Amino acid sequence: MTPTAKISCRNLWKIFGPTPDAFLARHGGAPKLEHFKAEGMIGAVRDVSFDVHPGEILIIMGLSGSGKSTLIRAITRLNDPTAGSIMFEGQDLLRVSEDELVELRRHKMGMVFQHFGLLPHRTVLANVAFPLEVRGSPREERERRAMEMLKLVGLEGRESYFPRELSGGQQQRVGIARSLAVGPDIWFLDEPFSALDPLIRREMQDEFMRLQKMLKKTIVFITHDFEEAVRLGDRIGIMKEGQLVQLATPEEMISQPADDYVRQFTSNAPRDRVLSVGSIASHMVVPPTGAGVAASAKLGDAAAQVLASDAPLAVLDDMGQPIGSVTREMMIAAMFPSRDADKHPERQP
Amino acid sequence: MTDTTMRATADRPSVGIFGPHILVFGTFVVATVALAALFPPLDTWPEEWVLPVREWVTEFFAWLGAVAKPVTRTIAWLLAQPLAFVEAVLYRGVPDWGLKPLPWVAVVAGAVLIGHWLAGARLALFAGSCTAYLAVFGLWQDSMQTLSIVLVTVPLAAGAGLALGIWATRSARADKVLNAALDLMQATPHMAYLAPVVVLFGFGQVPAMLATLIFAVPPMARCTILGIRTVPSDVMEAGRMSGCTTRQLLWKVELPAAQQTLLLGLNQVVMQTLAMVVIASLVGASGLGQKLLYSLQQLQIGKAVEQGIAITLIAIVLDRLTRAAMHRAPQRIPDGTAWHVRHVHLVAFLAITLGAVLLAQVLPQLSVLPRNMTLSFGQPINDVVRWISRNLYAYIKPVRDTITIWLLLPIRDFYLWLPWTTFIGFLALIGWYLGGLRLALVPVCLLGFMMVAGFWTPLMLTIYLVTGCTILAIMIGVPTGIWASRHPRGAKVTLTICDTLQTFPSFIYLIPVIMLLQTSDLSNVIAMLAYATVPAVRYTYLGMILVPKATVEAATASGANARQRLWKVELPIALPEILLGINQTIMMALSMVAITALIGSRDLGQEIYKALPGAETGRGLIAGIGIAFIGITADRLIGAWARRRKKDLGLA
Ligand SMILES: Nc1ncnc2c1ncn2[C@@H]1O[C@H](COP(=O)(O)OP(=O)(O)O)[C@@H](O)[C@H]1O
Ligand SMILES: [Mg+2]
Repeated sequence: MTPTAKISCRNLWKIFGPTPDAFLARHGGAPKLEHFKAEGMIGAVRDVSFDVHPGEILIIMGLSGSGKSTLIRAITRLNDPTAGSIMFEGQDLLRVSEDELVELRRHKMGMVFQHFGLLPHRTVLANVAFPLEVRGSPREERERRAMEMLKLVGLEGRESYFPRELSGGQQQRVGIARSLAVGPDIWFLDEPFSALDPLIRREMQDEFMRLQKMLKKTIVFITHDFEEAVRLGDRIGIMKEGQLVQLATPEEMISQPADDYVRQFTSNAPRDRVLSVGSIASHMVVPPTGAGVAASAKLGDAAAQVLASDAPLAVLDDMGQPIGSVTREMMIAAMFPSRDADKHPERQP
Repeated sequence: MTDTTMRATADRPSVGIFGPHILVFGTFVVATVALAALFPPLDTWPEEWVLPVREWVTEFFAWLGAVAKPVTRTIAWLLAQPLAFVEAVLYRGVPDWGLKPLPWVAVVAGAVLIGHWLAGARLALFAGSCTAYLAVFGLWQDSMQTLSIVLVTVPLAAGAGLALGIWATRSARADKVLNAALDLMQATPHMAYLAPVVVLFGFGQVPAMLATLIFAVPPMARCTILGIRTVPSDVMEAGRMSGCTTRQLLWKVELPAAQQTLLLGLNQVVMQTLAMVVIASLVGASGLGQKLLYSLQQLQIGKAVEQGIAITLIAIVLDRLTRAAMHRAPQRIPDGTAWHVRHVHLVAFLAITLGAVLLAQVLPQLSVLPRNMTLSFGQPINDVVRWISRNLYAYIKPVRDTITIWLLLPIRDFYLWLPWTTFIGFLALIGWYLGGLRLALVPVCLLGFMMVAGFWTPLMLTIYLVTGCTILAIMIGVPTGIWASRHPRGAKVTLTICDTLQTFPSFIYLIPVIMLLQTSDLSNVIAMLAYATVPAVRYTYLGMILVPKATVEAATASGANARQRLWKVELPIALPEILLGINQTIMMALSMVAITALIGSRDLGQEIYKALPGAETGRGLIAGIGIAFIGITADRLIGAWARRRKKDLGLA
């Protein structure tokens, strides 16, 4: 375990079925996929280990049913994991008592839900103040704080509305305000924007980034949308059938996918905005003829220059020293990868 | 359409469950009838083999009553206090302190304001005029007596049901136990509770309340369980992540989020309580119910109608108010609204009450409407009834007699002739075929118990009435349902009528039946029918409109005409749904059994009724349980049949 990690999960299992513990023990603590199938058990999370670093946005991605929600619910102990360990700020989360858990949630954790999870009988203000209310803050204080939160998410003037009177996007803003009201150290978001229209989703993503710039929370964010993951995430973990297949930065994931499953996921990614020139350059150093391109430049930004040049262009590091070269063909191949080049001759220059 | 459905409908055009088993069933019937002829004990359970179960039960309750006296006294005293308070407010006043009850004008105003608060002007007008009817027709005192019992019982039943429901959602074991108990409590007719209550608590308002409680708690408990279970998981998790303790989660998240379903439960509690009004008068509850029962037994139809309408109006108003509460979303109130504006309805009520009390000093009519200012339409109704019996009875009588002679009596005689071995064995065989040994044991144990306890004849007479009622309900209800499924506009009207028929307290149907047919088996059947046809209509309608369009079109394409389509395609596919409707019909008919005893019958209901005056607890209770047993047997067999059909059709 890295001492600096905010959260550190090791060999986490969550199994659904009649007697998960016995099942796990029967197979020496590491049942295979075929064991699950044979005995009708569901391995929602299987042997997952990872760290969440302070201040980062960690995205968990995967198809529906791959275990993302179960994983986040194991970390928050909404569902107790079957086996494994979770350290939260150096404290063993699986050992804390029910009371301590309530305290942790009241002070250190915030969570946003796909279907908002607003209390229908409470006003917007009372919804946002709810976590403060249950921890016993006096009315005046919690309402002041809730107003602050509403201002933060741009819902001023709606405080006496009821959830049903708001649009989906507005309801999720309430959900966000509520999850931030206690000033959590770590912020969980389970597909917060998946239930929204694409246009609103975009707007909410921008809003989310704006908030994060101000708040600098440690975030675990779940989505099934790779584009969203790339837009928001510092690192992305891809889940498949309960396992964490790869955990890497968006760029690493696109340039070095761990397997075909990940490659498939990344195939629709906006490569021009994720990949940098450095990650596709060859190590063959060419003398800088006129202007080179910076290794850290995104493909999209460098494309015009590279495509316009017949000769290989020099790739320069931060100090302006050449470290490699890039050609027009390399650029095209990187931006429009094709599994089978023969079938798409028109893409060949 | 799946090909299983096509196959099922093609292979099994008939709806019979027996199919190849018909030989087995036939042989069994012939064999048992023959055996019964040879050995009389197989035909009729001998008198001397009857176990004195009823005496045991009677003695047990007598003993319990004596032992538990301090407890029952305390309970009775506790219940009497809130009742005394509400009665003082509504109609008694506190004469010792010179306090008058609430003026009737204030109560009417209260109804108007609650209606307005919950749903606006229309409901306000409706609630107000219904309440005014009670005063104007001189039924105020009785109505307020009845209302007092309702107003005290409803919160108690709701509270108890809520607590039980919460308990069931906290523990799987509690859930199981409670479910079984609730099933039995609801299947046993209201009246059956009266006997033990009388033994333990005596006669009067409080025992009546207790008997009512037993019946009103289950729907609340069920709605609580349902409501809590169906709170969206996101909402629950948001509550937990907000740092709720288990208790905070219950009170601040689960119950408020389940509010709609809980209010539905409250609505059911109110309706159940009103359904008990007449029955409770058998143990000495005074009020409208008692007066109505008296009028019915005296054949004072005019009065009975007035009183029946009063009870119905109270029921409908309370029904509408609780429903309105259910649909009323929380209202946004702008900040800084003054207290008296926020609570304008309460302020208005207080003001009107105060005004009425003060004005009543000079105008006592505002407080209690004097008799000479009340109206009555009892006389005209009596005239109509007299006219009917003089002029129409000649036409009604042949119809009554025809149905009685050609339908009812043959069924009755057949049931009474059937050897018990044939009857119980036949049902067991069906059970065995549908669900194996477990299901076969249901009729054997339940009906067998009734026989051994010496209730065979009333048991068969009950089954006879229910059978007659069910046959008529199917003859009326299924075609109506089919018709409604073909005519969208007709469907709306039909379903509204169904709703209305079910809002009336069941004993209301006794009034017109007595009026037109006087006492007879047919009167009983028709009173049951008014209530019991509704599910047959509803479920047939539902089953028909759920038949996949593609299947019907496929049948048309293969050249089936309308009649063939109905009999060979639609009805077989809708059958499981229709079966469930018939099941409900039987339950409703059974629930009326005890009530028709009020106008004379010879079935288990009558046993319950007769057991009351002599406090024969065993007789009344076992007869009541017998009715429940018939219901449970029918429910299990028909349920299994419907499930099997659904599976065969690939609809499960
Ligand atoms: N309470 C539960 N009981 C049984 N199976 C569950 C439960 N919750 C989730 N699962 C199963 O676990 C798997 C992972 O589900 P989930 O974590 O919700 O996936 P995701 O959030 O990635 O869509 C699914 O196969 C799902 O059916
Ligand atoms: Mg999910």
